[in-house]
Amino acid sequence: MNRFNLFMSLVATAFGLFWLAWILWTLFDAGLAAVRPEVFTQMTPPPGNSGGLLNAIVGSLIMAGGATLLGTPIGILAGVYLAEFGRRGWLAPTTRFINDILLSAPSIVIGLFVYEAYVFHVKHFSAIAGILALALIVIPVVIRTTENMLKLVPDSLREAAAALGAPQWKIIVMVTLRAARAGVLTGILLAVARISGETAPLLFTALNNQFWSVNLDAPMANLPVVIFQFAMSPYEDWQRLAWAGALLITLSVLALNIFARVIFRNRTASV
Amino acid sequence: MGSRIISVAALLAGATMATATFAADMTGAGATFPYPIYAKWADAYKKATGNGLNYQSIGSGGGIKQIRSKTVDFGASDKPLKAEDLEKDGMIQFPAIMGGVVPVVKVPGVAPGQLKLSGPLLADIFLGKVKKWNDPAIADMNPGVALPASAITVVHRSDGSGTTFLFTNYLSKVSGEWKSKVGENTSVSWPAGIGGKGNEGVAAQVQRLKGSIGYVEYAYAKQNKMAYALLKNRAGSFVEPSEKTFQAAAANADWKHAAGFYEILTDEPGAESWPITGASFILMHKAQADPAKAIEVLKFFDWSFAHGDKMASELDYVAIPPSVVGLIKESWKANLRGPGGAMIWK
Amino acid sequence: MGNRLRRQDAAFRFVTQGFAFLVLLVLAGIILTLIAGSWQSITRFGAGFLISSEWNPVTEEFGALVPIVGTLVTSAIALLIGVPVSFGIALFLTELSPVWLRRPIGTAIELLAAIPSIIYGMWGLFVFAPLFADHVQPLLIDVLGPIPLIGVLFEGPPMGIGVLTAGIILAVMVIPFISAVMRDVFEIVPAVIKESAYGVGATTWEVVWNVVLPYTKVGVIGGIMLGLGRALGETMAVTFVIGNAHRLSSSLLAPGNSIASALANEFTEAVGELYFSALIELGLILFVITFIVLSLSKLLLLRLARREGKQT
Repeated sequence: MNRFNLFMSLVATAFGLFWLAWILWTLFDAGLAAVRPEVFTQMTPPPGNSGGLLNAIVGSLIMAGGATLLGTPIGILAGVYLAEFGRRGWLAPTTRFINDILLSAPSIVIGLFVYEAYVFHVKHFSAIAGILALALIVIPVVIRTTENMLKLVPDSLREAAAALGAPQWKIIVMVTLRAARAGVLTGILLAVARISGETAPLLFTALNNQFWSVNLDAPMANLPVVIFQFAMSPYEDWQRLAWAGALLITLSVLALNIFARVIFRNRTASV
Repeated sequence: MGSRIISVAALLAGATMATATFAADMTGAGATFPYPIYAKWADAYKKATGNGLNYQSIGSGGGIKQIRSKTVDFGASDKPLKAEDLEKDGMIQFPAIMGGVVPVVKVPGVAPGQLKLSGPLLADIFLGKVKKWNDPAIADMNPGVALPASAITVVHRSDGSGTTFLFTNYLSKVSGEWKSKVGENTSVSWPAGIGGKGNEGVAAQVQRLKGSIGYVEYAYAKQNKMAYALLKNRAGSFVEPSEKTFQAAAANADWKHAAGFYEILTDEPGAESWPITGASFILMHKAQADPAKAIEVLKFFDWSFAHGDKMASELDYVAIPPSVVGLIKESWKANLRGPGGAMIWK
Repeated sequence: MGNRLRRQDAAFRFVTQGFAFLVLLVLAGIILTLIAGSWQSITRFGAGFLISSEWNPVTEEFGALVPIVGTLVTSAIALLIGVPVSFGIALFLTELSPVWLRRPIGTAIELLAAIPSIIYGMWGLFVFAPLFADHVQPLLIDVLGPIPLIGVLFEGPPMGIGVLTAGIILAVMVIPFISAVMRDVFEIVPAVIKESAYGVGATTWEVVWNVVLPYTKVGVIGGIMLGLGRALGETMAVTFVIGNAHRLSSSLLAPGNSIASALANEFTEAVGELYFSALIELGLILFVITFIVLSLSKLLLLRLARREGKQT
C-alpha cells in the first residue's frame, strides 16, 4: 500500500512534467527561431514588413506590473482580515465565499465589468482600464492563498509574540505574515502567471495599440492580444511573431518564479 | 522582488511623463477580417504623414457597440447596418475593403480547383442532405472527376464571424430550404458538421479530416495552399476565387442605389462575379464634436483608397473600385457635419 | 497595553476590514452589471432559459442548457484528473523527492500556470487533438465503448476536439494551482506532529493520509477551489478544443460548449440586443453555478467535520 501509493505519486509528478515538456517543446520548436533581436527593438509590424514586439512587451510589463502593485496589497490585507479577524461576524464568511466565486469569474466578464464601470464613462480605452481589470483577477488569488497560509501558522507563534507585549498588528506583520511568506509569495506568483497571458479582459479595456505608446490614459499594446490576433491570421510572419511572444511570456514568468524564490531564499538564509 | 518593483515604478513614472508629450492618435475598432490590411495601411500612412491610426480587431459586434457609445473615433463591421439603423444612431457607413469567402475541401483524388459546386448544392451539403462525395448531385456536376464514396464532413466556424455571415447570407439567397431552416447571421444553428475556432481552426480541421468541406476567407485558402472548389455564379458560369472575380462582383453591384451603402456582395450578377464576395464597412457619427479628429480619419481612408490597392492585393484583399470611392466621398460631403453644421469633408 | 497601541490595532483591523469589504463591493458591481446587461434576456426567456438546449441567433431563440452541462462536465473531468495528480505531486515534493530536486520540480510544475491559456488552446487544437484523435480516442472507443453504462460516454467518431479533450487540457491547467497550494500547506505542517507519527511506526503514506491531510484539510480544499475556479471560468483554452456545438450528447467525445467559451466565441460578433443580452445572461449563470458548487462543498465540509466529531 505504502509503496504503491508512493510510486503513484512519482507517476503523478512525471505526468505533470510530461505535459510541461510537451507544451514547452511545441513552444520552443515554433517560437525559438522567431526570437530575433528585432523582436525587442521594433514595433509590431503589419504583415509583410519586418518588425518586433517591443511596444507589446513594454505594454504588458506596465500593465501586469501595475495590476500586481495594485492588487497584491489589497489581496494581502483582505486575506489578513479573513484569517486573523474573521472569526466572528458576517463579513468574513461572506467575503470568503464571494471571493471563491470571484476566482471563477470568466476573465471576459471582468473585462466587461471594467468596461461598463470605467471605459464607458471616460469614453475611451486606456491602459488604466487594463490595469484595473487585471488587478481584479489578481486580488482573489492573493486573498485565497494569503488566508490559507496564515491559518496554517501555529497559534503558539502568535501567543509567543503576544506574550512579549507586541501589539496585534505588529504580530501579524512581523511574525505571522513572515512565517507564511513562502505561501503568500506563491499566491502572488500564481496571480502574475495567470494575468500575464490573459486576452479577454484586455480586449475591452486596454484594447491594444499597433504603435508605441506608454500613455496610461490611451490604448496600450500588450502581448496576449497581439499573440491572439497574430496567431489567428493567415500570414506566416505574423504567426511566427505570435509564437515568439508566447515563448517570451512563458520564459519571463519562469524567470520571475526563479528570481523571486532565489531572493526569498537568500533573505531567509540571512535572517 | 524589490528591484522589479522599482523598475516597474520607473516605467510607470516614465509613462505618466510621456502623457504630456504625445498627442492622442486616432482609434478605431471592430471587424476582424480587415484587421491586417488596416494595420498595413496605418503603418504606411504613419511613415508617409506622421499620423498614427490605431485599429484593433474586437469583432464586428464590438465595433458597432463601441462607435454607438463613442469610445472610438470610428467603428468597423463586416455586416453592414441597415439604412434605418444608421439613421436611428445618426451614423454613416461606407465600404473600405473587400474580400471573398472560399469553400475549401479535402477529397482524396480531387485536385485543387477541380471540384465544381453550385450554390444550392453547397446549401444541401451544409444542410447535411448530401452525405457522400459520390452523390449523384455532385457527380452530375463533375463529370470525369473520380469522386470517392466517402462521407462528407462539414466544417463550419464555431465562433461568430463576418465570414459566417457572408456564407450563410449567400446560402439563404440561393436555397429556400436554407433560408427557412437555418437563415443568416454571424453565427447560426448549424444542422450538420463540426466547428473550428476562427479561419485558422476551420482550415486546420479541413486539412486534417479526409472528405471534409469548410469555408474560409480567401487569404487563408491561399496562404495554406488549400484545395478550393469552383462555384457556379448567378450568370451560370463556374468561376475561380481570385482578385479578378471578387472585383467583378463589386463592380456589378448597384452601389449607387444602395441606401447607406447597404450592399452585400453575394450572388451578384455578371459572368465573372465570385458569388461569395463581401465588403467590410466603416461606421462614423454624422455629427462630429471634434471635426479635427474626424478629418484625420477621413484623410486616412482617402489616402488608403488612393495608395492602398497594391498593399491590399499583396495581402489577398481587394481594393474598392474608383467609381465607388467617388460615391463614398460624396457621402462624406453630404453627411458629415461639425459643430454648427460646418462641412467636414470639402 | 497602552491606549496608543490599542488604537493602532483598531486602525489596522479597520483597514484590513475595508479591503475585505472592497471585495464584496466588486462582486456586487459585477453582478449588477451582469443583471443589467442580461435583463432583456431574463424577461424574454424567464426560467426556460435554463432548461432549453436551443441556441439559434437567427431566430433569436436562446437557452443555456448545453453550455451549463458542458461547463460542469469539463470542470468535473478536470478535477477528477487534476486533484489526484496534484496530490501525488505535492506528496512527491514534500515527502519523497531528494531535497535538491524539490525546488526545480516544484518550479517546473508551477510553470504550467505560466503558459498563456491561448497557447494551451492552440497547442490543444493543432498538436494534441490530432494525436488524441488518431491514437487515444479509437482505443477508448474500442475498450470502453462496449461496456454498458460507461459505454455511452465513449461513442461516436474520434474527432480529437470535444468535451473530453477540453476536460483533459483543463486538468493540465489546474494542476499547477492545486499542487502548488497543496505543497505549501503540506510543508507548513509542524515537524513534531509528523515525527511523533513516524515514531509509532507509521509509513510515509499513513503519515500523509492520516496526519498531514487532516491537518491541512482547509488549505487543501482551498487549493482545489482555486483550481475549480480556474476550470469553471477558463476561456481561451476551452474555446479552441471543445468544438463549440450547441448540442447535447451523452458522449464525451462529441463536441459541446461551455459558458466561458460560448461567451468568448460569440460575444465580440454578436449583433442584436437580445443575442448580446443572452450571452451576458450566460455569464451571470456561471456565477450562480459557482455559488451552488461552493455551497455544496461547504455543506460537504460541515458534514465531514461532524462525522469526525462522532468518531473521536
